Amino acid sequence: MKNDQPETRLQEGGRAIDQQWRELAAKRRTYTALTIIVFAAVLFSSLWFANDTNAGKFFDRLPHFFDFFGDLIPKDGMEIWRALFDLPSPYDDGSFRYNYPEGRHYLFGDFYLPEYFFKMIETLNIALFSTIIGAILGFVLCFFAARNLMPNPWVRAVARRIMEILRAFPEVVLAGFFLAILSLGPIPAIIAVSIHTIGALGKLFYEVVENADMKPDEGLRAAGGNWIERVRFGMLPQVMPNFISYCLLRLEINVRASTIIGAVGGGGIGELLRLSISRGHEAKTIAIILLLFCTIVAVDQFSAWLRRRLTGEQFFLAAA
Amino acid sequence: MTATMNTMDVRDIEARYPELLTRSFWQRYRTAFAAAAVIAYFIFCWWFFAIGHVISSANSDIAGNYLADWISWEARPDIDIHADGTMKIVFGKYSPLGADPHPDWIEAKTETVTRTIEASPSEAPAQPKQSTSSFSFVQPEFRGDGETSKTAGTEPTTVTEEVVTEAHIMMNSSSWIDLSKDKVELTRGGETLTLTTGGKTMTYDGALPEWAYQRAPGEKIIAYFGFAGRVEVEPDRVKVRKRFLGWENFFFDTNSPFFGKSAGDVISLMFSDNRVDPNQSNLSRAIDDILYNPSWQHLDVWTKLLQTIVMAFVGTLFAMVIAFPLSFLAARNITRNKPLNQLVKRFFDFQRSVDMLIWALFFTRAFGPGPLAGIAAIFFTDTGTLGKLYSEALENIDDKPREGIRSVGASPVAIQRFGVVPQVLPVFVSQALYFWESNTRSATIIGAVGAGGIGLKLWEAMRTNQDWENVAYMVLLILIVVYVFDNISNRLRSMLIGNGRK
Repeated sequence: MKNDQPETRLQEGGRAIDQQWRELAAKRRTYTALTIIVFAAVLFSSLWFANDTNAGKFFDRLPHFFDFFGDLIPKDGMEIWRALFDLPSPYDDGSFRYNYPEGRHYLFGDFYLPEYFFKMIETLNIALFSTIIGAILGFVLCFFAARNLMPNPWVRAVARRIMEILRAFPEVVLAGFFLAILSLGPIPAIIAVSIHTIGALGKLFYEVVENADMKPDEGLRAAGGNWIERVRFGMLPQVMPNFISYCLLRLEINVRASTIIGAVGGGGIGELLRLSISRGHEAKTIAIILLLFCTIVAVDQFSAWLRRRLTGEQFFLAAA
Repeated sequence: MTATMNTMDVRDIEARYPELLTRSFWQRYRTAFAAAAVIAYFIFCWWFFAIGHVISSANSDIAGNYLADWISWEARPDIDIHADGTMKIVFGKYSPLGADPHPDWIEAKTETVTRTIEASPSEAPAQPKQSTSSFSFVQPEFRGDGETSKTAGTEPTTVTEEVVTEAHIMMNSSSWIDLSKDKVELTRGGETLTLTTGGKTMTYDGALPEWAYQRAPGEKIIAYFGFAGRVEVEPDRVKVRKRFLGWENFFFDTNSPFFGKSAGDVISLMFSDNRVDPNQSNLSRAIDDILYNPSWQHLDVWTKLLQTIVMAFVGTLFAMVIAFPLSFLAARNITRNKPLNQLVKRFFDFQRSVDMLIWALFFTRAFGPGPLAGIAAIFFTDTGTLGKLYSEALENIDDKPREGIRSVGASPVAIQRFGVVPQVLPVFVSQALYFWESNTRSATIIGAVGAGGIGLKLWEAMRTNQDWENVAYMVLLILIVVYVFDNISNRLRSMLIGNGRK
């Protein structure tokens, strides 16, 4: 700011340093400006490209955007509840729009599960089942990938590469491939989500194992424990709370993932949502979104509560 | 110091600290309970999803074929055997080898004969039949005149032509097929199956070898040659399905003048002045042919891939830009206004909990299919997630720099700028980078519901069950992109966190 004033007073060495500083500052400013320009250029060309390759152009569609939201509001608010609980509609004209009672799943007698609840349970089961499968296999794999338990670098590298491939492979492709082999239904979704979960959880697990305290392990080794005993008594008690906490976090993610996979043909609530949005059945759409929203919030809250309890427990263990 | 304990001491200590030396019932059996619960749940899922039924009705032999299609392709010549023992080798119109190739794995012995042919039903009558059927509402099979037109078309004609009388088709180095008059010999690894064909029947001596299969007597025989493919033999037709490793016609399609040339020839032709096409230079023609290759659609695939990248980039960037100021409103130590904090936080929760899928479907309806819908979906979901993470980071900051800056009388904006932002910016950017990385992956999936990008193209390629090699190509590209972006984001993040520590 006030560079001119002290410069007169500076000795030769000080002046050189001052000069150097100014050059560095100028360079820094140039780099910042360049970064911003490149960033802006990339952003604007990206936006232009996205708008250009989109089916509808942004500014053409914007006015209709709110029409679409208007279309989503059903003319009778009660219709949403009728759609949600599969109650007959007074507007029923035999079309798909109002055929709420058709999807009822009778459990016993007159007691039925509404279609969307049934499908939501299916989606939740896909998520839970594939989280458990992924956790079990990731659990087995992670000990082979951790540096402190697997001294052989080749085994470690193979285990890590397997996890990386499982993690990076697009779920959509796995689902599509198994849809082609198996028939339509939730099983391709289960396989796809499980495979992804193995890779994702396996990575988190082996990082936890690598950060674990090795003293119990040392003690067990000194006492002549074999590998399995070392893992069982030296490692597991330390890492289990973290493992379970990660599994719960993954469960939250998998509920969303199985909804999306459902929408591309894997069954469950996702498929119904896609159909009802594309057919423009406003009451059904709102009912599904409501149900999905509540379920996701409930799962998230439940898992957060459980995780807090677990990590609390872990703190207790660490302190004791 | 050595301490010794006798049994009495041990009991005494056990009695004083029961919680240390005896484990509670729950602690002792929780592993067993968890295992039992998981097994019970698996049994429930087995029933709920009817897993046994689905697996038993799976098309497991198709799975092998589909997987092989990822990295290989099939040439599918049909050899028609006429009644007089002559043959015709037919490659389909869309064959990857071109309509009339003479590959070196088919050795055909030809003769020039003059003969009288009754036009075979598969060729000549097709013409008159088609011309009448176009105005008829009755299906051709049920039309009475079908039979008469066929007999009318079989007027004997005499032609002189070159016909194939014997053919030798190599499947691999130890397996081949010999076709000659009235005889089809299939050889696999020293074992030979001789089929005598005549008119409408086909006979063989002894039992079929293990690699040949016939569903019922009198039906076609299918011989399997492992990876090399399979052959279906009917009395009047042999269908060869020979499999080759690699991706066929990856650069040039059969319609291209560059098709079937070696790499050296292609390059010299590209730069030669003898124009294949008078309207454009050879080089630009070659590039056009590659980009618009009909079976691989390189340009389209790359455009869609770029859309996916753009969706993740722009969506995450906008989410960061919007979440940044909002998170200051949500953090209770920055904005001391409880209702406002809660309002903004609930807004974040709402955006997060309305799934990315729902946003994607919404915006696909609103903007039409394309990357705009994807950008909007990623933007809406991640504003919520990033906002939540950012406000949590803000609530955990060190308050001392702010106090210091406030004490010298800085304006409220300057307090945030110099007291808060330097602490959280590395965390913010590294979170955004992390989401950019994971969005590059999720953008593939939401693309499949129409929100732009390569997802839909992947999905379409899979639905047809024909183009698994295209799926493999796109998956490979996606994996490369994900890998590159993971590394970029990892490096940027470690740079940022390194700077943050200094």
